[in-house]
Amino acid sequence: MASRSSPPGGGQASPARSTALPASQPAGRQQPAGRIPDPLTRGLGWASAALGVPQLVAPRWFNRFIGVGEAPRHQATTALVGVRELTAAAGLLGSENPVWLWARVAGDLMDLGLLGWSLASHDRQGWERTAAATAAVAGITGVDLYAAVTRSQRKSEMDLTAAVTVGTSPEEAYNQWRQLESLPQFMAHLDEVRPAGNGTTHWRASAPFGRSVEWDAEITEDVAGERIAWRSVGHPDVPNDGEVRFWPAPGGRGTEIHVTLRYWVPGGKLGKAVARYFGEDPHQQLDDDLRRFKQIVETGEVVRSDGAPWGKRARQEFPQHPARPLSEDELQEVRS
Amino acid sequence: MKANCWMGRNTVAVQDVPDPAILNRRDAIVKITSTAICGSDLHLLDGYVPTMQKGDVMGHEFMGEVIEVGDGVDSGKVRVGDRVVVPFPIACGACAACRMELYSVCENTNPNAGLAEKFFGHPTAGIFGYSHLTGGFAGGQAQYARVPFADVNPLKIESDLADEQVLFLSDILPTGFMGADMCDISSGDVVAVWGAGPVGQFAMDSARLLGADTIIAIDKEPYRLQMAAEQGYIPVNFEDVDVRSQLLELTGGRGPDKCIDAVGMEATHGSLPVYAYDRAKQATRAESDRPYALRQAIMSCRNGGVVSVIGVYGGFVDKFPAGAWMNRGLTLRTGQCHVQHYMKPLLDHIEKGRLDPTRVITHTMPLTQAPRGYDLFKHKKDNCEKVVLKP
Repeated sequence: MASRSSPPGGGQASPARSTALPASQPAGRQQPAGRIPDPLTRGLGWASAALGVPQLVAPRWFNRFIGVGEAPRHQATTALVGVRELTAAAGLLGSENPVWLWARVAGDLMDLGLLGWSLASHDRQGWERTAAATAAVAGITGVDLYAAVTRSQRKSEMDLTAAVTVGTSPEEAYNQWRQLESLPQFMAHLDEVRPAGNGTTHWRASAPFGRSVEWDAEITEDVAGERIAWRSVGHPDVPNDGEVRFWPAPGGRGTEIHVTLRYWVPGGKLGKAVARYFGEDPHQQLDDDLRRFKQIVETGEVVRSDGAPWGKRARQEFPQHPARPLSEDELQEVRS
Repeated sequence: MKANCWMGRNTVAVQDVPDPAILNRRDAIVKITSTAICGSDLHLLDGYVPTMQKGDVMGHEFMGEVIEVGDGVDSGKVRVGDRVVVPFPIACGACAACRMELYSVCENTNPNAGLAEKFFGHPTAGIFGYSHLTGGFAGGQAQYARVPFADVNPLKIESDLADEQVLFLSDILPTGFMGADMCDISSGDVVAVWGAGPVGQFAMDSARLLGADTIIAIDKEPYRLQMAAEQGYIPVNFEDVDVRSQLLELTGGRGPDKCIDAVGMEATHGSLPVYAYDRAKQATRAESDRPYALRQAIMSCRNGGVVSVIGVYGGFVDKFPAGAWMNRGLTLRTGQCHVQHYMKPLLDHIEKGRLDPTRVITHTMPLTQAPRGYDLFKHKKDNCEKVVLKP
């Protein structure tokens, strides 16, 4: 059993295998559906542009408008602020990277400093306009801060790969896996997979901390006896894609099954670390999933013991139920 | 039902527990007629095998009558009413390991494979009553047991041999035999066996059966050495002599051709300072196993010889003589016994009178006295060699 993380775009077991299967780049390798433009980020980008253009083109007019000095050094300051705004606008509209939102927050603080200094040394002419501009910037700072904080909690990509060898032909292993509705028999986190029309399936899985996530998936590649690839469609909470490949093992040793799963996990690295702390190590789970698949293929069902009687539902590795027969109540729970 | 349970380090107790039930379609329920305490149960008792839990049912040597079978059991192989001996490793019969008859490393029967993998690198098979590392299966020191893959594992006994004659087919007789089998014994071979407990005795009997010329028994308990001597084996008491020198003396300076370690992780040593050194390291978890027998076997074996390890090791050892092993071209062969591979031929040896497993039994008592049996066996009181329990 081997599972490991691989860098994004990795997941090829070996170059030799890749060349043996030239069409091995599944559609799932691309960005999954579910990335849509963020209205707030783009709105702030346009706001930067709307502010930056007059600052750069007509700094004198702009300064008069907000009631601050019109001396050349004042105009030069405003023009530089305009350049800053246009840079932020380009960044926000171009990449939506939250670093540009943080740049806006920093710019806001700089502006508040300039305006505060201006208010303190004001000649009282147009003081109300300067005060109003200061209040407006303070309000925008709040919006920028909100956007920067919320947009920084990005989903991070998690790649999982694992492999197992089963003692059947690639066709038989493929046929077993292709019955997507039976995946929950051995995949611990999957509660249900059912057809959802138009060639898609609806998936329901339990997530860390007792939550559950659902999504629709479509098959992106399906080569009998060789490969199945799928990806989530629409705007799921956890966009994901996956691929399973079936290779004849050398010397008649059956079939090697190589699985790659990619998730875009909410909460970023922190979320992953917290989940791991609570014993939900995804690598271990994928390994265990594949062991159960092997048990089903080779022996007909998932093997149970007194210590681990719940089949795939056993979440906790140790301590377990003692290695002694189950009570009537426990038996009913196991059989339900 | 009554079952003997592990209740913490150095404590077992006979308790009332629920009767076992079918959990998988190919399970059977066996009403146990005879069961035994194994030397490896002492490693569990002493707390040297990790992942034991309070309340675990002990025991992996048992036999009895099939009283229920799951609806997936092949009725051509086993039926209700059959009298069966149950091998201690649980095998699926279908994976690559089982097809190679390496049943104790079956790939499918350990539901805690992920846990086992962390300890051993790769998981091993499920074993009855032998920690959660080997699956968390309830054991056979009980009135009933659930036996998975009932159409693969149990050996049907169709002759009228007594329980005592066939019970040890479940573990210690095949284990001892595999120890000798791995030695590739040829005529003229001198075979030295560390440990004259039940497994060691059966390894010696098997070595003789496989054609060894001279068999040497190494132990410190006079009654165990006496038991070996009565069979014609040469006793060496490691508390009285230096083992390596004595073995050279007995083999014309060559060293034994084949060496069998039937001791494992809780060995003792004739030299108190050496014993204290490893005992202290083990107590502080600086090493998990005390490998005196293994060290001596490697140092004593003749150049190019075979060291066969059937004594149980659990973790990591210190001062492993890798230099002697490598430079002198020794072959190290090991494994938990692939019992299913050996059961039928050994039953034949028993039926033909070539092996008499009953010779190691010194105590027979009711299951309810299991804690007393453990005490006698562990502390070698009352010349205890092997305890059979009757549920």
